[in-house]
Parts: sequence; C-alpha cells; structure tokens
Amino acid sequence: MTATTVTHDLVSVENVSLSFGSVRALRDVSLTLQPGEITALVGDNGAGKSTLVRCLSGIHRPDDGTVRFDGQPAHFSTPEDARNAGIETVHQNLALVEDLTVWQNLFLNREIVHGFGPLAILDKRAMKREAQRMVSTLAVNVPSVTSTVRRLSGGQRQAVSICRAAGFSSKLVIMDEPTAALGVQETERVEKLITKLREDGHAVLLISHNFAQVMRLADHVWVMRAGRCVAGRRIAQTTGEEIVALITGAQQS
Amino acid sequence: MTESLVAGSPNPLSHRLFARPEIGATAAAGVILVFFLAAAPAFRSGGSFFTVLYQSSTIGIVAIGVGLLMIGGEFDLSAGVIVTTAGLANSMFCWWFGIDLWVGALLSLAFCLFIGFVNGYLVMRTGIPSFLITLGTFFVLQGANLGLTKVVTGSVTSPDISRMDGYPLLEGVFASNFDAGGVTVWGTVLWWLGFTALAAWVLQRTRTGNWVFAIGGSADSARAVGVPVVRTKIGLFMTVSFLGWFVGMHTLYRFNTLQAGNGVGNEFLYIIAAVVGGTLLTGGYGNAIGVGIGAFIFGTTSLGIVYAGWDPNWFKAFLGVMLLLAVLVNLYVKSLATSTRLLRDSPGKADDA
Repeated sequence: MTATTVTHDLVSVENVSLSFGSVRALRDVSLTLQPGEITALVGDNGAGKSTLVRCLSGIHRPDDGTVRFDGQPAHFSTPEDARNAGIETVHQNLALVEDLTVWQNLFLNREIVHGFGPLAILDKRAMKREAQRMVSTLAVNVPSVTSTVRRLSGGQRQAVSICRAAGFSSKLVIMDEPTAALGVQETERVEKLITKLREDGHAVLLISHNFAQVMRLADHVWVMRAGRCVAGRRIAQTTGEEIVALITGAQQS
Repeated sequence: MTESLVAGSPNPLSHRLFARPEIGATAAAGVILVFFLAAAPAFRSGGSFFTVLYQSSTIGIVAIGVGLLMIGGEFDLSAGVIVTTAGLANSMFCWWFGIDLWVGALLSLAFCLFIGFVNGYLVMRTGIPSFLITLGTFFVLQGANLGLTKVVTGSVTSPDISRMDGYPLLEGVFASNFDAGGVTVWGTVLWWLGFTALAAWVLQRTRTGNWVFAIGGSADSARAVGVPVVRTKIGLFMTVSFLGWFVGMHTLYRFNTLQAGNGVGNEFLYIIAAVVGGTLLTGGYGNAIGVGIGAFIFGTTSLGIVYAGWDPNWFKAFLGVMLLLAVLVNLYVKSLATSTRLLRDSPGKADDA
C-alpha cells in the first residue's frame, strides 16, 4: 500500500454523515473492512445500511467525513468511478437485461471491441470465451453463456450477477441481500459462491437480514442502528443472540 | 448440460432460426408476394417489382429509425409529419428569403435533428412515456405545417421550387432514378437498402447496438452498469428525425411542391412495418432486416391491391389484419423458443464446471 496508510484496511469509513433534507440517514459512521474477508453489515430496516453502501459505490456522496479505499481518499461521484477503483456492487434487482445472453450481460458496457468510439466493433468471440472462463472459474451453474437471462432461474441469475461483479479484478464486491429471494438449495449455492470469492482474494461486504447466514459466512460484522454504526464484532467472538441484542438496542455496544 | 457449458452454442439450427425476429415476416412476405403474383397478372413484371420496392422504400427508410427506437424501448408518433415538416421548412424558407436550396436543406436537417433531440430530451428528463411526448410533438408539427404554409403562401400547398438555385443537384441526390435493363430504379431504393444494411450492422456488430438492446430490454439495469442511457435514447430519437428529413427531401425534390397536410398517419405505417418485422413493442428485441421486410410487405400489399384491380380502400383493413397476425406469430414464436429451452435446461446438476 502507499506510504500514507497507517493500517492495511481495504476500506475505512471515518465519521461519515449524510442527510436527506431533515432526515439524518447516517450519523458519524466509522467502520473498516479488511482485504480478503467477508464483512457483514446488519441492522433493522432504515438503519442506514443501504445508504452507507451507496456512499461506497458512488451513488451518494457523504456530507461529512471521509471514505478511504485501498489507502487513498475516495471521492466517487458516479458508480462508474467506484467501479474503476475496484468496487463492484451486486444490486438487489441484479441489474441484468433479460433479453440479452449471459455473456452480453457480463460484458455490458465493458464490451471487448476493436476500434473506439460509439461504432467500435464487438469482438463477440473473445467475449464468449472470456465469459466462459468467468463462469467456469466460479463454478457457476448456467446452461450456457449464450442462453438468454430470461431462461435462467433466480439462483442462476444471482450467480451471473455475482460473476460479473467478481470478474473484472474488483477488490471489493458489495452484495445487498443476495439470497433474500432464493430457495434453500439456491441459497446454499450462492453462499458457496460468496465463500469462493473470498478464497479468490476478493473482499466482500454483505448486507443480510439472515443472522444464521452472517454467522456462517462472515469474518466480521458491523451493526447499524438509527443511522449510527453502534458495534463491530469478530464473528468468532460473538453469538447470534448478541447481534440481535445490538440491533434492537437491548444491548449497548 | 456439461457439454453445453463447454460447447458454447448448444442451440440447434432450428432453434436459432426460430429465435430470429424476422422469420415470421419473411414467411409472410413470401406468401403475400406469391398471392399477388397469382391474383394480378399486371404484377408479374420487373417494372412493377421495382415500383413495389420504391413504394416500400418511402416507408422503409423512416421505419428503420422507428424500429431502432422501438428496440430501444420508445415510440415516435411525430415521425410521419416530420417528413412533411422537413420538406416545407426547406422549400418555404428558401422561397421566402430567395436563397440557395442547399442552405435550406441543411437548415431543415438541423431543425429536424433539433426536434428529435427535444423529443428525446423531454422523454428522458420528465419520465413521461414517449407515446405522450411525441403525440404532443405530432400535433404541434401538424398544426404548424398547415398554419405556417398558409401564412407564407396563402394556401396549403408549398411553392414550386423547381426553378430555384441548387435544385438540379439536390434532385440528383434525393430524387433521381435510373434505367436498369428496361425498368426504372429509384435512388431511394438503394438508399433504403444501404440504410438497412448500416442499421443491421450497427445493431449486431457495434457497441452502440449492444446498448440499444440493453436500454430497450431494461433501462434501469443498463444504467446500473453505466450504459449512457440518456445519450443513447436521444440519439435514437435523432436518428428517426434524420431519416424523416431524408424522406422529406425526397418527397420535396420529387414533386417540387408539398401538401402541408401530408404525412399524417404514416407514423403508424412505420410502427406496423417494425412490428410486422418482428420488433417487440416493449423493446429489447428485433432487427433492422425484419423492419425492411415489414416495409416490403407494406409496399407489396399497397400496390398488389391496385394491380389486382381491387378497391384500394380495402388496403388499410388488410394492413390491420397483417398487424394482428404478425403480433400473434411473434408471440407464438417467442413462447415456443422459450418453452422448448426451458424444458431442456431442467434444474439440478450443480457445480458441473
């Protein structure tokens, strides 16, 4: 890392606040994410999880405080900036185009082309080959990279979306409720995929309401309540009951 | 499933053929052509075939733009009257100020592109459906066409421009024809084929084409991965108005004078050509060749009825039936293509890679 960093945090959020009109969505939030770890972000609805995530992925800009990514101060003004820096987001609605094929979705707006400008010519063969490599690397179960997303199941779509996030040498993959809409078997498969991301060296920020899942997957958990980050725990040193108590406020940090 | 994962292209030829948007239109075009060849003896000549192509080209050129726009998920109801607007702007401006027609043609182009931009900008900025925005533009242009023509000339016909500066050259570009082995071939037919080929190439081979499919399929998803949705859609609206300008130039330099009320209703012909050609009304699906075939069906039918000696009033009824059939065929083909594959891709067999 660069000389300016004191620690080796991948992300450090320092005293970040953000208001929408009179609503204070984030109040003085500070937390860190370690490289190569799965970090969970939990909290009740409206606690500010999604807002914080949007600050990281370039959708919102904090009113106050700083976000450092990989040691550098991060001033993302668009999601594109965040993506270029190495932060990928798997959106809750997955952001897939149903009528396009798997490979087209994987390479949407990142097309491999000859030439430049709006009339740059697509290198379809290279994109199919690369897409094949991407799904094989993560052992994603899709019938074929040339099938349209419309024909995929919910779990397969989630997998394609995660595959896209992981596929472009991203350092951090943010996932917002990746298994909320999935069945038991598909949830298991996606969880396997998330662990695989960690094995491959990606850091993962996981928003989840499923405490069992958080305990199963994460290395560290941050708890948010009413716009504040109220506690952080190593998973190995906490219990599901404690996290619930922290979320509801029954236990103060 | 393991093989298909490795093989890359598991769809047999029949499936890929059925998945092509223009397959239904091609079959229909063949049936209709054979039908009129049998029913109308006057139809069976090279000359009438090229007349059909000419008729198709006058609709087909703008229909390409409308088809691209529909694949991109939007409508343009002003595409019919903008053709007349383009011609009127050119002829009356030059006639009033007595300047070279070239200048007027370029000003008219700038004006049309501006209208396309306004259409696109308003749709993207307000979020109001393009159906409503362009319905508004349609009425504004229709009224302005008639009103301004009446102010300038005192009638609803634009002045004859055939003696003005620049006329011969512009006529050569936009409204020439040549003789090929005894049949008259209009230049617009070649322009039509050229524009269709260009549009097909852009859609299938370029990054912009990829974006058009993406924004029509799901604008939100496309935006989430950083596709410039606003820019691409405004570009599509401007493509429609450019092609409208082009046909407007053709009409002006072929007939030298224009009826200010013309063009109304053509917007639906463009949409019909696109839909008959397999373009999905909801966006994200279709191709330029299909739109071309849709326009060809229009040309064949409108002239076939005349050659067969039938009352041309039936033409619109026939067109309506064609549209309904096309929508049904497309729906059927699409569900067929989807269902056969879903059966093949039964779930299970995880982690086979």
